[in-house]
Amino acid sequence: MTGTKPAPPHLAARGISKHFGSLKALDDVSIEIVPGAFHALLGENGAGKSTIVKCLMGFHRADAGEMSIDGRHIVIDSPRQARSHGLGMVFQHFTLIPSMTVAENLVLARPGLPLVIDWKAEKKELRAFLEQAPFKVDLEARVDTLAAGQKQKVEILKELYLQTRLLILDEPTSVLTRNEADEVLGYARRLVDRKELSVLLITHKFREVIEYCDEVTVLRRGRLAGAGSTASLSASRMAEMMMGEPRVQKDVNRSGASSARPVLRIEDLRARGDNGLEVLHGVNLTVRGGEIVGIAGVSGNGQKELVEVIAGQRSALSGRITVNGENHLPTRALLRRHGFFTLPEEPLRNAAVPWMSVAENMVFGVFDQKPFQRSGFLLDRAAMDRLARELIARFSVRPPSPNLPMGNLSGGNVQRAILARELSGEVRVLVAANPCFGLDFKAVDFIHDLLLETRNKGAAVLLVSEDLDELLTLSDRIFVMTGGTVAHETTPAEADLTMIGRQMAGHH
Amino acid sequence: MQLQPEGLGAWGIAVALAGGAMRGSIPYMFVSLGECLTEKSGKINLGMEGVLLMGAVTAFGVSDLTGSPWLGVLAAAAVGLVLGAIHAWLTQQPAVNDVAAGIAMIIFGSGLAFFFGKRFVAPMAPQLPLVALGEWSRVGAIQSALRISPLFFIGIAVAFLLNWVFTRTSCGLKVRAAGDDPQAARALGIDVNGVRFIAIAMGGALAAVGGAHLTLYFPGIWSEGISGGQGLMAVALVIFARWSPRRCLAAALLFGGAQALGPSLQSLGITGYYYLFNASPYLLTLAVMVATCTPSRRLAGMPGALGKK
Repeated sequence: MTGTKPAPPHLAARGISKHFGSLKALDDVSIEIVPGAFHALLGENGAGKSTIVKCLMGFHRADAGEMSIDGRHIVIDSPRQARSHGLGMVFQHFTLIPSMTVAENLVLARPGLPLVIDWKAEKKELRAFLEQAPFKVDLEARVDTLAAGQKQKVEILKELYLQTRLLILDEPTSVLTRNEADEVLGYARRLVDRKELSVLLITHKFREVIEYCDEVTVLRRGRLAGAGSTASLSASRMAEMMMGEPRVQKDVNRSGASSARPVLRIEDLRARGDNGLEVLHGVNLTVRGGEIVGIAGVSGNGQKELVEVIAGQRSALSGRITVNGENHLPTRALLRRHGFFTLPEEPLRNAAVPWMSVAENMVFGVFDQKPFQRSGFLLDRAAMDRLARELIARFSVRPPSPNLPMGNLSGGNVQRAILARELSGEVRVLVAANPCFGLDFKAVDFIHDLLLETRNKGAAVLLVSEDLDELLTLSDRIFVMTGGTVAHETTPAEADLTMIGRQMAGHH
Repeated sequence: MQLQPEGLGAWGIAVALAGGAMRGSIPYMFVSLGECLTEKSGKINLGMEGVLLMGAVTAFGVSDLTGSPWLGVLAAAAVGLVLGAIHAWLTQQPAVNDVAAGIAMIIFGSGLAFFFGKRFVAPMAPQLPLVALGEWSRVGAIQSALRISPLFFIGIAVAFLLNWVFTRTSCGLKVRAAGDDPQAARALGIDVNGVRFIAIAMGGALAAVGGAHLTLYFPGIWSEGISGGQGLMAVALVIFARWSPRRCLAAALLFGGAQALGPSLQSLGITGYYYLFNASPYLLTLAVMVATCTPSRRLAGMPGALGKK
C-alpha cells in the first residue's frame, strides 16, 4: 500500500436497456458518476436499481447502450473485468465467509493469491493497509462474531484492499441500525472527501441521500425518472420522481386511549441462542390493550430470540407468557383462544411454506375449523379458495392467483399475504418483528396503517423493529433491548435520541 | 485380574489395547479424514462405506495380481477417486439430495465390491510391510501387538497435512469458503462446484486407502463383512471431531481402541461378553451422536452450508 493511488474513474453509461424474458427491467437509462462523487441511485423495489448496477459490474450484459470510463469506450463482460477498471461492489447480503477470520477473508479476496500463503507477509501488509484506513478492525476476529455494522465495514475495507476506486453499495444499511448506518456511510463519505473513492449508493431512504450524497439518479419502473444534485432537490421532489406522485407526510391516526388493562405479559423470560449460550436474560414486558409497544435495539441483542420464543420457534429456559392473566403457550387452541397472532421477520421463511399455494398458506390458522374442515378431517377446497380470493382482494396481493406457490411471490406480496392471514380475524395480541424490512414505501405505509388499525381496535401490539423511525412513528411506548434484557422505557414524545442511542450501544 | 495367562495383567491389556487402537484406527482415520475434506467443502458423502469396501477389494486384487501391496494401495486410492467423483457429479445435479445419493453409493460400492470380490479366491494377498514398535520388549506378545501398519503413520501425516492445507493454502481457504457460504464464495469468484468436485473426489481416494488397510493387513483376506460398518461410523466420527482433521485422529484412535477392546480381552482369556465388547464401537457411535446432537443449537465448527446446494 503506497501513497500513490489512482484517481477514481469517471464512469458514464448511456442508453442502457435490459430485458428478462418479456419483462423490461431497464429502458434507456443513463447514469454518470464523476470522480470523487457520492452518487445516490434512488428507486422503489423493482425500479431497476439492482439491474443497472449488475450491468455496470458485468453480472448482466445490457441489451443496448454503451459505457465509458475516463472518456474511453469500454465493454464489461465479467465482474473481473469491472474490477480491473477499479469498479467494486458491496452486496446487500454479506460476501464474507462467516467461519473465517477477517484476515482470511481479506486475503481470500485478493487476486493472485499464491498456493501456499505466507501469513507473516500477508498480515504485515494487512496491518500496514489498516493503519491507513479510518476504521479499526481486529484481523483475528472471526466474521461471525462481528455485528452487522462491523461486517459491512469489513466489506468496504475489502473493496479498498482490492484497490476499488468506484464503490457500489447495494442498500448497505438495510441490515443496520441507524447508528451503524451513520457510521458506515460516514466512513464512506470521508473516503470520498479524501478523493480516494467515488461511491454509488443504492438506497430507498431519503435521509441517506440528503445527508450523505452529492448527486442523485432516480429510477422508476426501469426508466430514468430524474437526476440532479441533492442540494437542488427536496425530499418531496425526489419522492415525487420515485413514486410518480407526491408523497404525503403521513399523519398517524391514533384513536382511543390505551386501556390500563395489561393484555400480554412476559415474565422473566430466559432462552438460549443458536450457539447454546443464554441470550435472553430475564425479559419482563407488559403490553396493554390498545397500545403499540416498540422494542428498539441493535440486532443481535436477543430480539430475534425473543420473537422466536413468543412464536413457539424456540423453547424458553424459564419464565412465562400470559394473556389476560392466563398462561399462554403457542398451541393452536391457545393461540385461537387468546386471539394471538405473529408477524415474524423473513415471513417466507418463518411464516409460510414456500412451495404450498397462497390459498393454503392463508388458511393455516383456520384450516382445522369449520367451514374449511368437514367431518373432522376433510378439507373443503372451495371454501379455502373463496377465503383466499377475498383476502387477496382485500390486501391487494399481486398477482391475485390463490393457486400460485407462495415462494413465487415478491417479498412485499408475501408480507401482504401473511398480514392477510394474521390480521383478518379478531386480533387481541399481535407480535410483529421488522414487518417492513426491505419493502417499498407503499407497502410500508400499508403495513403501518394496518398495525395502527389493529391497535385502535384495542389489540395489544408488540413491535420489534430495527428501524427507530418506524418505532417513533408508531409506538405508544418504546423500550430498548440490549444484552438480552429490556430496559429504558420511553414514549415517542419524550424520546431522547442520544439516550436511546447510548442504550442501544450498551452504555448505561 | 484372575486370568493372567501371559503374566502381563493390566499392563498387557494396556499394550494390547494401544496396539489394537493403532491398528483398528486406520480405517476410521482415513475415512474420517476423507469425509472431513468432503464436508469442509459443504457436501456429505455417506457412501464412504461403499468406497471403503471397493478400496479393500481393489487393494486385495491388485496386490494379489501384481505382488506389490503398495500398488494395491495406489489402485485403491484411484478407485476411491473415481467413486468420489461419481458422488460429486451426482450430488451437483439439480434436486439430488446428498443423503439419498450417499445411500445409493453405499449400495453401489458394496455391491460392486462383492461382485469383484467373488473372483479373488486367493486366501491371502501380499501384505504391507509392518513397522515394529515393540522391539524394546522381550515379550513376544508385546512385540506382535506393536507391529503397526505403515498406513497408520501415513494417516497421521495426512491429518496434519490437511490441517495445514485448510489454514495455510489458498485452495484450503477456497474449500472452507465453498463449504461455509457458497453464495459468498461465488461472489469472490470461486468456482464452488469445481472446488467441491475435487474435494469430494479426493475425500473418496483417502477413504479407499482406509479400505486397503482392511485387506493388506493381518489376516490379509477379503470377506464381505470385512468393514463391519466402519465407513458409516467414520462419518459420524467427523461430527464428533467437529470437522477438524487433527481431532479426527484422536477420535479414530478412540474408535479403534473401542474396537480392540473385545479381541484384547479375549487374548487375555476373558472371553465372556466377547460379542458385547465387540459391539462397543457401535455403542460409542450412538453415544457420540446422542451427546453431540442437540436440537437447540448448531454444532460449533460445522460448515455453514453442509448438505445444501
